[in-house]
Amino acid sequence: MADLPPPVQGPTAKEKKYDRQLRLWGATGQMALESSHILLINSGPGVVGVETLKNLVLPGIGNFTIQDSAVVSEADLGVNFFLEEEHLGGFRAEHTCNLLKELNPDVQGSFITEPVESWLTQPDSLKPYTLILATAPIRPEILARLSAHAGASLIPIFYIHSVGFYSHFSIHLPPAFPIVDTHPDSETTSDLRLLKPWPELIQFAKEKTNALDTMAADDHGHIPYIAILLYHLEEWKKDHEGQVPQNYKEKTEFRTIVSKAARTNNPEGGEENYDEAVAAVLKSLNPPEPASAVKEIFKTPECVLVSRDSSSFWVIAHAIGLFYTKYGVLPVPGSVPDMKARSADYIQLQNVYKSKARKDVVEVLESVRFLERTADRKDPIDEKDVEAFCKNAAHIKLVRGRPFHVVQASETIEWGERAKSIAQNLTFPDSLVPLYIAFLAFDEFVATHDKDALGGAPKMPGETDAETDAEKVTGIAFKIADDLIKEAGTFVEEPDYSDLKTRTGEFVQELVRAGGAELHNIAALTGGLVSQEIIKAITEQYIPVDNTCVFDGVRSKTEVIRV
Amino acid sequence: MAEAIIPNLPTNLEGPRARWKYLDNILGRRGPFTDVDWVPGAAIIESLERAKLLVIGAGGLGCEILKNLALSGFKDIHVIDMDTIDVSNLNRQFLFRHADVGKYKAEVAAKFVEKRVKGVKITPYCGKIQDKDEEYYKQFAMIVCGLDSIEARRWINATLVGMVDENDEDSLKPLIDGGTEGFKGQARVILPTMTSCIECQLDMHAPRAAVPLCTLATIPRQPQHCIEWAHIIAWDEERKEITLDTDDPEHITWLFQKALKRAQEFNIPGVTYSMTQGVVKNIIPAIASTNAIVAASCCNEAFKIATSTNPFLGVPETDNYMMYTGDESVYTYTFQHMKKSDCPVCGEDNLSRPLQVDPNSTLQEFLDGLAERPEAQLKKPSIRSEQKSLYYQSPASLEEQTRPNLTKKLNELLENGEEVVISDPAFPTQFRYQLTFKG
Ligand SMILES: [Zn+2]
Repeated sequence: MADLPPPVQGPTAKEKKYDRQLRLWGATGQMALESSHILLINSGPGVVGVETLKNLVLPGIGNFTIQDSAVVSEADLGVNFFLEEEHLGGFRAEHTCNLLKELNPDVQGSFITEPVESWLTQPDSLKPYTLILATAPIRPEILARLSAHAGASLIPIFYIHSVGFYSHFSIHLPPAFPIVDTHPDSETTSDLRLLKPWPELIQFAKEKTNALDTMAADDHGHIPYIAILLYHLEEWKKDHEGQVPQNYKEKTEFRTIVSKAARTNNPEGGEENYDEAVAAVLKSLNPPEPASAVKEIFKTPECVLVSRDSSSFWVIAHAIGLFYTKYGVLPVPGSVPDMKARSADYIQLQNVYKSKARKDVVEVLESVRFLERTADRKDPIDEKDVEAFCKNAAHIKLVRGRPFHVVQASETIEWGERAKSIAQNLTFPDSLVPLYIAFLAFDEFVATHDKDALGGAPKMPGETDAETDAEKVTGIAFKIADDLIKEAGTFVEEPDYSDLKTRTGEFVQELVRAGGAELHNIAALTGGLVSQEIIKAITEQYIPVDNTCVFDGVRSKTEVIRV
Repeated sequence: MAEAIIPNLPTNLEGPRARWKYLDNILGRRGPFTDVDWVPGAAIIESLERAKLLVIGAGGLGCEILKNLALSGFKDIHVIDMDTIDVSNLNRQFLFRHADVGKYKAEVAAKFVEKRVKGVKITPYCGKIQDKDEEYYKQFAMIVCGLDSIEARRWINATLVGMVDENDEDSLKPLIDGGTEGFKGQARVILPTMTSCIECQLDMHAPRAAVPLCTLATIPRQPQHCIEWAHIIAWDEERKEITLDTDDPEHITWLFQKALKRAQEFNIPGVTYSMTQGVVKNIIPAIASTNAIVAASCCNEAFKIATSTNPFLGVPETDNYMMYTGDESVYTYTFQHMKKSDCPVCGEDNLSRPLQVDPNSTLQEFLDGLAERPEAQLKKPSIRSEQKSLYYQSPASLEEQTRPNLTKKLNELLENGEEVVISDPAFPTQFRYQLTFKG
């Protein structure tokens, strides 16, 4: 063992505990989680919010607070895992908070038992929180207030239903929510620039394919496939007036040429590197054109007008936009997939790509520094951020957050620019838009019904009289659907219209059957979905739901709707 | 349509069902999708409480499954898991605390849920599913699986298919299976012999191609190649006398340093301790949220099967598989996976699958290939043809006797078009292939 370097520092206790998640969102994602403070406004049976928090306490969010003025009842013990018999009669906020805290000593938790109506009137009551979670049933004026606060302070807010076999959640993100680290599928991301090679890459290919015909068998079988393709592209151009293969037909023709160039007079009857080259033709011989969604980002007002207060995303995006305008391509990402090759050749090729990527980063960085000076920004952007941005420039994403529906008593629901597309979706036989409409109708019922004459808790449909309530809610849902069709300026013909009504009616009946009850399974599943989306919103990694998701536990299906 | 709901069952604010007030709304009322002859109420509650369920796995999915089943009103649950608790489990396996590290998962999980949810009985077994026989599996109404091992899934699947007796309705045990990897997962319901089984679906979960040994030995290019080299080659050369324990930090450190040194020789960047651990232990990223989604989906189906409160996945000729992806928005694809007539486990007639082979490849190469074939994935195969034993892993005498065949070419051992039968100690099934020579 004398030849080994001295012992290394193994992982820390924290790295060990969080190992399985750090492999997904890394140390920066973890840091973001740890500096968050999540507020849950709990109500109803109160399970889905607590299950959501469970999945956030475990991976180590910094802080959570539960606002809930309910007192623990027998019924809670049959549905909520974070309550015990001895808590009967105590505050649900306090005991769920304490049992959640047991899951992870690194997480701070607190609770508020004051009714939400009066608690919200205190100045700055919402100030400490970086993300808000509200569960149905909730009074529309409270939800509207929370939504307005989130909108004004640019923090995400989630609104959740979990009723019987169905659930729904909507996310209101800030109006500009950009993501650099979208974690694209590694197989779809290689950008090799075979149609726009730079001098060093051309030089590499020439070197590796020199005297191809007389090359020794073992050398020939180890030419990196990138060099093989570049070589044959040059040959092709000679016969095609300097043009590369233009269409599918030419590409398949080109592929046959490459395939025939493999040597078959060996025991294997072929060459692995040539097989790789052949397999790469169709996906690699595309012009390195950025996706339209990415080009759109360069044209957004935030990107065009970088100011002193712009976030670093917009400064870097602007700089990369300049790069794109100048060269017609994005910076080279710099990674090379594994391929049959000798170690030294592969490392050399890797360095060709890395150096080019580095060069592109330097150029973007210069623009960034220039922008910083002209906009008079204080803190310089970390070079690492510029590098990460350049590496993933082809996969950046901008989500435009928007407020969700807050259903007010006897007010028509507005769909705005989304009306047309949602109305169209409404009539598809498998669409879950009618389920979303059933939830809106549920909310309108809640907005207009109280549990008792004292105006205490809101009443949910089906709590006592399922039949009567189902009729009421069906009526509301039909009206919402009709209003949507009207706002979209369209018309649904028979039999589609009757089908739509049947499906909407069935969703409503199943919803009312539950009488506002949560089924633990559906609450747990929805808590899983919501916690996942919260992790995305906090870490600014992966791609969040935009902006509404419904789950049908009868048929085990989800649908994401932009409302 | 609203008449379908039976109104006004007494709301239980007190009495023995007070705790199940919410659940009873569903158990006590018809819905628009319940069968016409389904009767809500006491009988359904009784059958739910009587159903005996087996949960396989008490890890990330298992913890969720036990909690969910207990809060779905099931009273008699058994759980099997052979593992003990590791500190890296604590970011998602919420029934375990730091003080439980080293204890058996099944035992700690059972105790915790019994304490939290009064009235549920959870019987743990800390051991392997293979320790148990058909007599044991017969006692359960359903089996819910939350496993991370394909081998264990295939074993229980084949066992349950083998148990089905056409003349005994009770011999058919629905198998509900969940699996996750990072932000992705699936939940599926199998009615053994009636619908597509785990083996029918094996190619949905193709293994990652292994890196060829010659790449590891002579031309490494990736940091992972250097780690695999340290793991597969260097350890055996230098520390043969010590059994590698991937949970021993000293062993991982040794591999890491070996890999790092090799990487430096070849100028390969990127070898880290964490990557070494990941490659050597084949670590799959895992988070609480995906486990919650997949486990709850499995338990939702189990609840529907036990109570008929709504249609469930797995009814023949309907959807039986929900695929879940959560890294890019939220996406589910729920579909019917079709049963395969040539499935080696549930196929009606024991058909052999056609397979093209290179006649010049050796038997060893052919057997190595089986480990990577998506529909086979066999690690320790034994093989015989119609005429003779080609290679047997055990007993030792037979292994020794058949070992020389490994280096022979297929065309020296077999006729073109001959059928071979392959078995593997991990599975109670045989795989039949008809081998035709390429070219
Ligand atoms: Zn099968």
